[in-house]
Amino acid sequence: MIGNPSAEAFVMAVLLTLLAAVTLAIARQRNMFGVVILSSIYSFLMASLMIVLDAVDVAMTEASVGAGISTVILLATLYLTGSMEYPQRRSVAIPLFVSIVVGAALVWGTIGLPAFGISDAPIHQHVAPTYIDFSRKHDMPPNIVTAVLADFRGFDTLGEVTVVFTAGIGVLLLLQGGWRLGGSRPDDDTEGDDEI
Amino acid sequence: MFVLATSAVLLALLLAVIRAIRGPTVFDRVLAGNTVGTLAILLLASIGFLTGRPEFLDIGLTYGLLNLIGTFAVLKFFRHGDLAYDVDENQEGKAWK
Repeated sequence: MIGNPSAEAFVMAVLLTLLAAVTLAIARQRNMFGVVILSSIYSFLMASLMIVLDAVDVAMTEASVGAGISTVILLATLYLTGSMEYPQRRSVAIPLFVSIVVGAALVWGTIGLPAFGISDAPIHQHVAPTYIDFSRKHDMPPNIVTAVLADFRGFDTLGEVTVVFTAGIGVLLLLQGGWRLGGSRPDDDTEGDDEI
Repeated sequence: MFVLATSAVLLALLLAVIRAIRGPTVFDRVLAGNTVGTLAILLLASIGFLTGRPEFLDIGLTYGLLNLIGTFAVLKFFRHGDLAYDVDENQEGKAWK
């Protein structure tokens, strides 16, 4: 939030309005294919909002998980279920009550927070000055988030990468094992509803 | 100038979202989704220069790759009804269900 605060507030207002519009459209849409596309759009808008809020790493996670992987997984689900929703007539009282209570609790939780972007919030007083001084003194990457993730918490990040790598190997082995045991690819028959 | 560019990108984003919500056919929505992904890259770039710190410009590469994969998945699903469809094994070209 260095440059132009009013311009950034304007960008955030537009993005939040678009998010609200997309959310309402998702709730009202009955064609599931359209809902998948709209949720992908939602993820890209949310990633842009994260970038305006200077949380670039969260934005990249949101874009790759929300717009990339979940779109593909939801499409694979649509192949199994069909893409039209036939809603049943139900009472909306209980879902509305739960939504209002949870939303009110979240808004109530933000009341005690310090104002957005001020420099003397508690989170900026504890270890953050040490990180900033140290990364400047020892020629670490200019982006301090990168310096924290790759230098200060290097072992932690190495552990996370190891977990992700192991999970990827496990998923690949599971998929390959399924194909080999069946003797043929699952999409050989016309229905394609056996083991996938 | 960057304010103007950002406003133009936001306006294009608004139009693409309107098309995605209203769009009567599936292809309108697919095209609108792809456009929103591209506009997210442009917004990332213009926001970077608007705030005076364009260091995260290369994240746009990741967005571009993701956008490509997502659009391919959507189109392959729409054409074949199956993400693991192999064209060489099914030469007859069954219509999607």
